[in-house]
Amino acid sequence: MATDDSVNSKKRRFLLGAATAVGSVGVVATAAPFVMSLWPSERAKAAGAPVEIDIDKLEPGQQITVLWRSKPIWVIHRTKEMLANIAKLDSRVVDPKSEVDHQPKYAKNEDRSIKPEIFVAIGICTHLGCSPTYRPEIAPADLGADWLGGFFCPCHQSKFDLAGRVFKGVPAPTNLFVPPYRFLSDTRIQIGEDEKGVAASTPS
Amino acid sequence: MVKGARILIAGLLCAAAGTALAEGARLMGAPEGSKFEREASLLRGARDFANYCLNCHGAQFMRYNRLTDLGLSEAQIKDNLMFASDKIGGAMTVAMSRKDAVSWFGAAPPDLSVEARVRGRDWLYSYLLAFYRDDKTPTGWNNLVFPSVAMPHVLWSLQGTQKLVESEYEDQEKAEAAAIAAKGLALVEPAPGGKFVVKTLAEDVPGTLSGAEYKGFVGDLVNYLDYIGEPAKSERINIGIVVLIFLGVLFALVYSLKREYWNDLH
Amino acid sequence: MQRLLTWIDDRFPLSKLWEEQWGKYVAPKNFNFWYYFGSLAGFVLVLQIVTGIFLAMSYKPDATKAFDSIEYIMRDVSGGWLIRYMHSTGASAFFIVVYLHMFRGLLYGSYRKPRELLWIIGCCIYLALMAEAFFGYLLPWGQMSYWGAQVIVNLFSTVPFVGDALGTWIRGDYTISDVTLNRFFSFHVVAVPLLLLILVAVHLMALHEVGSNNPDGIEIKKQPKDPKTGIPLDGIYSHPYYTIKDLVGVVFFLIVFSIVMFFMPDVGGYFLESNNFIPADPLKTPEHIAPVWYFTPYYAILRAVPSFMASQFWGVLAMGASVIIFVFLPWLDRGAVKSIRYRGPLYKSWLAVFVVSFLILGYLGTVPVTVWGQFTGGWADALDTKDRATWVARVLTLLYFLFFLLMPWYTTRDKTKPVPERVRW
Repeated sequence: MATDDSVNSKKRRFLLGAATAVGSVGVVATAAPFVMSLWPSERAKAAGAPVEIDIDKLEPGQQITVLWRSKPIWVIHRTKEMLANIAKLDSRVVDPKSEVDHQPKYAKNEDRSIKPEIFVAIGICTHLGCSPTYRPEIAPADLGADWLGGFFCPCHQSKFDLAGRVFKGVPAPTNLFVPPYRFLSDTRIQIGEDEKGVAASTPS
Repeated sequence: MVKGARILIAGLLCAAAGTALAEGARLMGAPEGSKFEREASLLRGARDFANYCLNCHGAQFMRYNRLTDLGLSEAQIKDNLMFASDKIGGAMTVAMSRKDAVSWFGAAPPDLSVEARVRGRDWLYSYLLAFYRDDKTPTGWNNLVFPSVAMPHVLWSLQGTQKLVESEYEDQEKAEAAAIAAKGLALVEPAPGGKFVVKTLAEDVPGTLSGAEYKGFVGDLVNYLDYIGEPAKSERINIGIVVLIFLGVLFALVYSLKREYWNDLH
Repeated sequence: MQRLLTWIDDRFPLSKLWEEQWGKYVAPKNFNFWYYFGSLAGFVLVLQIVTGIFLAMSYKPDATKAFDSIEYIMRDVSGGWLIRYMHSTGASAFFIVVYLHMFRGLLYGSYRKPRELLWIIGCCIYLALMAEAFFGYLLPWGQMSYWGAQVIVNLFSTVPFVGDALGTWIRGDYTISDVTLNRFFSFHVVAVPLLLLILVAVHLMALHEVGSNNPDGIEIKKQPKDPKTGIPLDGIYSHPYYTIKDLVGVVFFLIVFSIVMFFMPDVGGYFLESNNFIPADPLKTPEHIAPVWYFTPYYAILRAVPSFMASQFWGVLAMGASVIIFVFLPWLDRGAVKSIRYRGPLYKSWLAVFVVSFLILGYLGTVPVTVWGQFTGGWADALDTKDRATWVARVLTLLYFLFFLLMPWYTTRDKTKPVPERVRW
């Protein structure tokens, strides 16, 4: 039997503590690859990679749609007239200053864009997910005399202006989302990546 | 009874007078190269693979952006290596359709992503060195390591052409000895009349690379094929070293703890 | 903490379970090297289940996608290569551990009364494990996966009268196909793991009912009790002694496991076969089909038995018998002592013959039957086959069965040594 119990007990406690500490490090290190495996794989990252488009041929007033992470992204070349009309609608929209966090910092302005003449938005209605139609014309018969251009959602008749701001009195509660994007050059936009890096999640 | 059985087994094993002919050609060993040269070799191999192989063969499991492992930036990959995809996250797929491939070559060129795991480095190295001119085949080429292969010698302008040399021997032992003495690629085959023929290759028309340069070229390609077969290999080995050191420390601790508790019982 | 424990104990027998199943489970104190493999088998089972769960997140059980999904795991999933190698190394490790665990049973007579049922349950676990490995091996959908499954399911087709229907029923199709792959996936991921877990629980319950054997074969329950502790003289509590000792075993196992997994996961083609990196091609049979190493002894026996009356079924029967015969050991062994430590020369010789036969048969199962050439000379023309390796396999198969079949005779005739009262380390 042991001669001196207290010394033994100290050694035992030290060894137990050390073994537990080192063992715990091992357990965490072993768990790490399993936890990491749940992050998006290279294939998911490739499928969700930023999309680059050329806008040099985009006519004023024209809308193009590209797919980013399975969502339709609108890129619209807004005219000076359209921009002037947007300014008149502050009182008719729910969130004129874009307080609700549906856009990156650089789109938290009157025009909700980096450059006023290029509007980038996710083309999904914030009500129940339909894709609104682009209605840039002034005062068409079905939308009324005070329609100054915007987007009209056919599913439940929500309306947004040409900066994607939601009108008062429609089912949709919030402005259209603006995705992270940036200008690679004057004529090339990259959607899904900005100065912060590739978008970690997808606004919805 | 048991002893008798053992003698029987031993006898049967010793009675192995004459072993089976080795399957296939004697292979040459692919050079390993030092760690320092490895990254440069892989970069050359990546370039050569894109230039010479990607036209017919795919490497569908290898993404272009994985080449950043080798120290390249995405811009460099895009500028120098991308043929089959316009997205850096895309894979090295082949341009040729399977239907065209089968009608032109008789068999679709296999995807090479894991070819190194199937064949091994030595086989691939030897294969790319073993093409020779043969008028009897549809392509005009044959291969000592892969007889009647449907692939033509894509690299012939670099290596030059080789021709087949055959020598006949009376018995298998002499033939095998000659094959070993040839010090290069050699194939021993049975010939009519109970004889054996040893097939080797000789240089015919030289190519743009010297013998040593071509071997270096092939060595780079083989290194690259090895790499795309398992891109995580170097990471695996590095983590393994850390894990073993860690486990060594842990073992020392738990073993001491075990001794400490079990001393109570003695 | 104590209050929480009491609250739980009032509602669920947590402390009771802990003490009965492990904490105060009295085990013999002389467990040696051969006694690590039970806890290691349990450890590997957990490892396979955990890694299997994560692999199943990315694997696609579809003939057009399966092979690709494994390369996806190896390259695109973060840490996927590590999880895959753990699972492939773990599969072979499972068999190494289980074979050594079973061998301990042969060494120390662990199957003898009152542990016959424990042994039978263990044999059931072994069978379930072989099924699990067989189903799992089809999943990568490589050439060896496909053709190995084709060969083995064809074995069932040799059963007289019902063979063809049986083969089709197992496959769900006229040949190994996507249908077969999908159902084998279900078996491998859900059905057999559940079965294994139930069997292991029952195995442990049976063990705790009769108590553990030990290298001396002494029944410690029959010993007088130590007046101070109240437990048999040669008994100790599993906790902390075997908790810590088994932990040492686990760490050592992990060292060996890690050496293989990180530095040579293919093990020269024995753990991950080269041909399995070629996608399955029903039109191209590989030159040489061999099962994975842990099935090869039985494969060698299968090939060794010639066909009688135009049927290959005899080989299948022999192969089946060679596995099932383990179940009968408790009744074949009539020896006066349990442990090899006190057995005579007859048993020791026969056990040696069995081990050598098993190992050489295992080797022969990995290579073509032509590996040792042919017998030459006129007399050889009278034989049904001239392959030397087949004849060696036939002799070894005979010896393998004789180890079991002659056991009632040589265990009674053996000159045994007296078994002591107290255990020896």
